[in-house]
Amino acid sequence: MLLIVCPYCGKRPEIEFAYGGQAHLARPNQPSQLDDQAWAEFLYMRTNTKGIYAERWRHSRGCGRFFNALRDTTTDHFLAFYKTGEAQPTLLGSGAPPTPRESAT
Amino acid sequence: MSRQSFSGLSLIWRSLSNHRGWQPQWRKPEPKARYDAIIVGGGGHGLGAAYYLAKEHGLTNIAVLEKGWIGGGNTGRNTTIIRSNYLFNESAALYDHSVKLWENLSQALNYNVMFSPRGVMMLAHTVHDIQVFKRHVHANRCNGVDNEWLEPAEAKEFCPPLNIEGNIRYPVLGAALQRRGGTARHDAVAWGYARAADALGVDIIENCEVTGIRRDASGAVDALETTRGVIQSRKVGVSAAGHTSVIMALAGVHVPLESYPLQALVSEPVKPVFPCVVMSNTIHAYISQSDKGELVIGAGTDAYTSYTQRGALHINTHTLDAICELFPNFRRLRMLRNWGGIVDVTPDRSPIIAKTPVPGLYVNCGWGTGGFKATPGSAHVFAWTIARDEPHPINAPFTIERFRDGYLIDEAAAAAVAH
Repeated sequence: MLLIVCPYCGKRPEIEFAYGGQAHLARPNQPSQLDDQAWAEFLYMRTNTKGIYAERWRHSRGCGRFFNALRDTTTDHFLAFYKTGEAQPTLLGSGAPPTPRESAT
Repeated sequence: MSRQSFSGLSLIWRSLSNHRGWQPQWRKPEPKARYDAIIVGGGGHGLGAAYYLAKEHGLTNIAVLEKGWIGGGNTGRNTTIIRSNYLFNESAALYDHSVKLWENLSQALNYNVMFSPRGVMMLAHTVHDIQVFKRHVHANRCNGVDNEWLEPAEAKEFCPPLNIEGNIRYPVLGAALQRRGGTARHDAVAWGYARAADALGVDIIENCEVTGIRRDASGAVDALETTRGVIQSRKVGVSAAGHTSVIMALAGVHVPLESYPLQALVSEPVKPVFPCVVMSNTIHAYISQSDKGELVIGAGTDAYTSYTQRGALHINTHTLDAICELFPNFRRLRMLRNWGGIVDVTPDRSPIIAKTPVPGLYVNCGWGTGGFKATPGSAHVFAWTIARDEPHPINAPFTIERFRDGYLIDEAAAAAVAH
């Protein structure tokens, strides 16, 4: 089970959270202006990254708030947690060892 | 390559001669510089596609490239359930095509895949379940797919360990039974296809990871860069399950997939106690008994995307809660081991078996949590698609473009399965 650090409540077990998928996907301002391909890209296409992935979580059985996290999908190590609206943190150098110890069991 | 043919007589003969003289069932060739077609991914779907390309489409200069060892991915990690009771016409055609191939697969491959149509029973626990399953029964029968409704006592008769008492949290209110469904031996499917494809001249190359896809001036596929050198081919079929996104990105093709861990577990082996396959989607439990005697139990996907081939224990315990409630006899069984595989899930929970925007590049992916049952049918129509550069009528609806055009095959909403 993952240990997830909610930016508002602190470290909690994964079962308190709901997964929200890829982060930083903005709904297009004018959907009616998009062609079908662009709309399908927004609705259905995800990067499905093998490596460091920015994703949303919601502390659904806690404070209820959404936040974002960086996780390495090859190890399930979390690299950062940050609030919705904040910019994605830049990691020191590519391939930096994961510093937080929140890892999969 | 000459290879031994299996028969009852040959098995008895080998047995009496102390099992000496068995030969490797396929070669370990070095990759050639050029092939007429390459399949990326040596699971059941990929090996099967190579077999049908050679068997039915006359291509013999074919390679299957496998990053690890054949059958070591989801083919060796699933719970081996076979059924075709899907709601929509497109799905029923595809999955029933597969069941029909399963029925004669051991004979076709001269390899015992231990297909056992012992019946797949799906339990209803709520009024909604009853309505949905009865709808499935009727839809399936309209499509020529067998499925029948059982009352609780009939379900108990079909599967005696089942608890149909009314005092459990989600009592059994009925069940839908597909008698043609069942199980098969997962490893034997990979090995049987590998052996039969090899006999037709297919090169099966293990420990060979694709690291790049080269394209010519027109944009068409020209060659693959691999950890064992550059291999040329004008036709490449990608059948890489959870890693499909990674491979397709090498050619700049986006596919609507997300990769999740899916877990399964087995109990200690016991004598035959369980005659069929039982699935409960509402309280989430899949169970059958292998011929070794282990109870084979399928859990759900973890919540998050991952490539780690492992998941969290609470997913398994959730499933075991349901198993213990439905089958009180199994409460004292110990679990022997658990594991995870990475499954590629599409937004509508139906697969993609299609051409891609890149000429010469084909993809068979998106099988999500239920690809094993489709292995022969999927491989068969994928081979057709690669050989003829056009889809077989059965897989024609399963394109990438259906997401753009709004022609979803929405088993996500309709499926009998909790994904």
